[in-house]
Amino acid sequence: MSSEAPDSPRFRYVSRKRRTKEDRRFIAGEGRFVADIGLPGMKHVALVTSPHPAARIDAIRTEEALKIEGVVAVITGEELAQATNPLMSGLNLPDVRRFPLAVDRARYAGEWVAAVVADSRYIAEDGAERVEVDYDPLPFVVDAEEAMAEDAPAVHPAHGTNVLYRRKFVYGAVEEDFAAADHRLAFRACWGRNSTVPIETFGVVAKWHPGTGTLDVWASIQMPKYPEQIARALRLDANCVRVHYDVDVGGSYGVKRGIKHTVLVGYLARKLGCPVRLIEDRLENMTGGDAHGPERIFDVEAAFNGDGEIRSLRLRALDNVGAYAGRAPLQLAKPIGAIVGPYRIKSVEYEAISVTTNKTPQEAVRGFGQSPTNFAIETAVDKIARTLDRDRVEIRKRNFIRKDEFPYTIPSGSEYDSGDYHTVQDKVLDLADFPALIARRDALRAEGKLAGIGIASCLEPSGGNAAFEPLFNPANETTTWMESCVTKIDLAGTVTSIMATASAGQGHETLVATVTGEELERDPDGIRVVRSDSLASLPSNSPVASRMAIMLGGAASGAAKILKRKLIDIAAHNLQLPADRLVYEGGNVAVRDDPGRSLAWDELVEIAHRKYHQMPLGMEPGLQASYVWEVPKGGELPDAAGRVRMYPCYSFEAHIPLVEIDRQTGQVKILEYFIGHDCGTMINPDIVHGMIYGGIAHGIGAALYEIFAYNDDGQLLTGTFMDYLLPSVHEIPDIKMVDHSTPSPLTSMGQKGTGEGGYLGAPAAVASAVNDALAPLGLELNALPMRPGDIEALLRTKSE
Amino acid sequence: MKPREISVTVNAKRYRSEVPPRLTLVDYLREVLGLIGTHTGCEHGVCGACSVIFDGQPIRSCLMFAIQADGHEVETVEGLAEADGGLSPLQDAFWETHALQCGYCTPGMLMATHALLRSNPDPTVDEIKEAIGGNLCRCTGYQQIVEAVRLAAKRMRGAHPEAGKDTIDE
Amino acid sequence: MKAAAFDYIRASDIAEVCQALNDGGPDCKIIAGGQTLVPMMAMRLARPSIIIDINAVEELQGIGGDESSLVIKACTRQAAAERSPEVRAKAPLLAKALRFVGHPQTRNRGTVGGSIANADPVAEIPLVALTLDAGLVAESAGGAKNIDISGFFHGLMETSLAPDECLTEVHLPVWNGGGIIGTGFQEVSIRAGDFAIVAAAVQLVVDESGVCRRAAVALGGVAPTPLRIEATAEALLSSDLDAETVGEAARLAANEIDPGGDVHASAEYRRRCARVMVERAIIEARDEALRRAANP
Repeated sequence: MSSEAPDSPRFRYVSRKRRTKEDRRFIAGEGRFVADIGLPGMKHVALVTSPHPAARIDAIRTEEALKIEGVVAVITGEELAQATNPLMSGLNLPDVRRFPLAVDRARYAGEWVAAVVADSRYIAEDGAERVEVDYDPLPFVVDAEEAMAEDAPAVHPAHGTNVLYRRKFVYGAVEEDFAAADHRLAFRACWGRNSTVPIETFGVVAKWHPGTGTLDVWASIQMPKYPEQIARALRLDANCVRVHYDVDVGGSYGVKRGIKHTVLVGYLARKLGCPVRLIEDRLENMTGGDAHGPERIFDVEAAFNGDGEIRSLRLRALDNVGAYAGRAPLQLAKPIGAIVGPYRIKSVEYEAISVTTNKTPQEAVRGFGQSPTNFAIETAVDKIARTLDRDRVEIRKRNFIRKDEFPYTIPSGSEYDSGDYHTVQDKVLDLADFPALIARRDALRAEGKLAGIGIASCLEPSGGNAAFEPLFNPANETTTWMESCVTKIDLAGTVTSIMATASAGQGHETLVATVTGEELERDPDGIRVVRSDSLASLPSNSPVASRMAIMLGGAASGAAKILKRKLIDIAAHNLQLPADRLVYEGGNVAVRDDPGRSLAWDELVEIAHRKYHQMPLGMEPGLQASYVWEVPKGGELPDAAGRVRMYPCYSFEAHIPLVEIDRQTGQVKILEYFIGHDCGTMINPDIVHGMIYGGIAHGIGAALYEIFAYNDDGQLLTGTFMDYLLPSVHEIPDIKMVDHSTPSPLTSMGQKGTGEGGYLGAPAAVASAVNDALAPLGLELNALPMRPGDIEALLRTKSE
Repeated sequence: MKPREISVTVNAKRYRSEVPPRLTLVDYLREVLGLIGTHTGCEHGVCGACSVIFDGQPIRSCLMFAIQADGHEVETVEGLAEADGGLSPLQDAFWETHALQCGYCTPGMLMATHALLRSNPDPTVDEIKEAIGGNLCRCTGYQQIVEAVRLAAKRMRGAHPEAGKDTIDE
Repeated sequence: MKAAAFDYIRASDIAEVCQALNDGGPDCKIIAGGQTLVPMMAMRLARPSIIIDINAVEELQGIGGDESSLVIKACTRQAAAERSPEVRAKAPLLAKALRFVGHPQTRNRGTVGGSIANADPVAEIPLVALTLDAGLVAESAGGAKNIDISGFFHGLMETSLAPDECLTEVHLPVWNGGGIIGTGFQEVSIRAGDFAIVAAAVQLVVDESGVCRRAAVALGGVAPTPLRIEATAEALLSSDLDAETVGEAARLAANEIDPGGDVHASAEYRRRCARVMVERAIIEARDEALRRAANP
């Protein structure tokens, strides 16, 4: 797999194989994760959790816990409800109130009911054991369809129903297109409750400084507008909260939202007058943290012609959001921005239903709902192919938007910026030596084995125009999705850039250094990138939505361009020539026709910092620039029909796995995995490839292994790593990748996002392969995860 | 329940401390000795983030109490550096192939593969996978990690190929 | 997930272990490898008030025996047993099964005796011990006693070890004479290295004409304890292990068992996989014996 990208000759540093900046500290064990932060006098928190999926909390007795030496305090939800504001939701739900600890009732097994603070985490757990809670169990419901029934137990009685959101969007002439089509089919596809479960749990340290009136926060965080939400909940002015972004985050992939943890710990730090730390243990994390993801039932109808043209789609997406609604219900909305996938489908109906149940609340997950939706769309396309007895690749190619059709506006209003789906598809077919792959599959079948090839071709919307926020909550009229970067060239001529968010392995420091180096034509290795804090920095919307290559990369480019312009202008002034007679090269500026006349970088820097008498009139001294910009094509609110432009840039991935299924045990083995990927310009190929490999591994987990399973008593059965099965190296095949690049016309260097790469198509691809293996038996399975027992039970129906 | 005195050699240095019996080895390394390179991910022995080398063998340090390590030898990621403070060939190979992203599982991966290469300087891909089979990673999908170990093995045996090229044959 | 507080004794010989067990009462637990005990303690599902660390007891480590019996001291590391040429030679079924036990890191600490005393119904080592009619030795302050494995596993994670007893030795009878030995070990798990859903262990002897003269078959994961399946073993005797006989013998195994279900596998799935695993293990053992016969 080449580490050089297809468009690398254009660039000096971008797209070239370069070691990352971040790796250097981690390989030495010198990462600084939240659990590495110790402050004098720091106390530790452990949680008391509800054993019941629904219960009134009649009393909480803390005396026994407080008797333990080293236990400092115990607080309950009642106290927090008085002292803090409820946590925000992405929907307009004034009667669905949420605090970090349960108030009056527990709504899911594992909900945090009380917090114990002690000298050590060990003692805090001792204390948590001694807290006595009187529960009065209530009726509960865990199934989303049951929760929608009139007589279902109400999770939030004040809201009146368990349906938190329901709206049907009709984009285009759906009914007419269905009526006019030659064929239609319908099916149900289910996405099991899973998430991207980082190896590091969420943790937060908070310290209140009475002397300055500031709350310092260090956290393993990936959350837009995090400081503001903390401040709001704690009834502090926003500029009283300082979130330190220079904490290394041990993986997040969407999930680490940490609001309730931080409000709890921030409250405790102020109340107790000492730093307080909460590091979730794995039990607290899996049942009560931000660990769960979408759980979705799709009912899909497709209308298509005999020649394979897909005319229209209807999708009904029912999502089980769990006991509270933070940002997660919006994961039903984001996929609207790519609701027809890479296909030229003219009309689509999408009904989104968000239902609350007595399960652990869902939080954001990599892709924010796109992966489950891609799974539903690709399942439809496979079924269309099977119905027409046509090749699955051919059907896709027939319906792919063509490269000459971009920018392409889809029925729901988003505009796909660029792409060449046919070429990427062909490249991966080539990489896989597709005829040979088919022959291999067929040879396995001839031996009596079950073998299948998967095809999944999916979009990765990127850039983070979160227009789904006002789409699902019109009261939230917002269209600003900005990112910023500050870059300075200091007195000694070294370059430093300042970014305003934490990173979880995405390589943002490398991103900024490479882009800045490219613009300034200076070696990125010498460029330092610092992660600032929320008071000292300019606005950011954090690394969600696969947006940072685009937005932070764009902001870094913007700042660097300003600096480059300034250097040229200083040179022009000092060489007494207009700028168009000069050439900027590697940080030095020379006269184009007389290269002997030049000013070197160091000289220009010195003029800027020390020789005001040589500066152009009115120019600001020094060399520093900030750049804040809005997401490309952003700024529009949805219309009445729910059409809106969402994310600006669309990466594309085409997966081809080969699987074998053990006929007798139902175990799936992935024999080969090929992927073609196009994210426009790759700033750093190793980083891009790494994210895609990791995304595929996440996707294989979602397809075959991972589920937050509940029993009929509302208890989570898979709340440890013994039962929630994360893929090891043995479960992930060797992945072969081929790159392509259709640059985005909207970004500073043609880059598109890739943070969700691999994950958005792998579950669909593995499901496609399993179904191809089952097809000769006339069987299909459209529910994830596809565990051995599920497949074996299905195979049984055939052999009986 | 009373704290007990222990003497543990970590990265060739002897430490004397007083610890309660229930303090785990990983918590001892991190909280008492300040060696924060070793991480916890699950505290029940599945994820391998806490892997260290104990008396020459890779183990899970969340599954041992510090008091059990009294009189024994532990190696952690902090001890991998060369005598002059430079990166070991294995660490450098991880950097070269970008065998990490968030870095959280990395110390565990390094210790597991360091132990492997010490006992088996020419491992097959299957042997590498067996050595890291109990170390979970959520970022990388393992591809570049396996590549790093192969590269390190080659370099340590003196072959010096470049990473990423298809010259690593097996 | 931090354990509740406890006292700690590091024993230096067996006598000290027994004394500590005697003095410590029922709340006392031996820690050997700790790979099962420590997670239980971290989750506070186990809360011993005293831990007796036997890892420093040299008498409890080592592999020996004679031509008729392989003797593994209870605190011998699984990794040491896996590497041992003696184990490979005298108890090839155990050598084979050890590769399925956990991960290399857990095998570096986990012990042979610890796994047997823990008695997880699907664990590989207890299953092999049962298949091979192991003899166990346990010691207490009252002295040593021999235990037959056939009566050792009582119920889910329950053995006949008394609270004041420490397992000290595992004796695996060596199958000598009568023909060529073949071993088979097959398990279904969702991921590699997981605890199995169902595991089958088979050891058999085939004579020079390919006829099965001796067989032992056992299943794990289908009951609260590992189970010997005598009906299946008997069905193989005097046959040449042809496909039909093997298939029928495996079907008998499925009828003998009444497995339970959980989040990973239903009862019916376990039952059906049990038949498949037994069949595959018999075939594996047969093919291995035939290969050995062809290349002595």
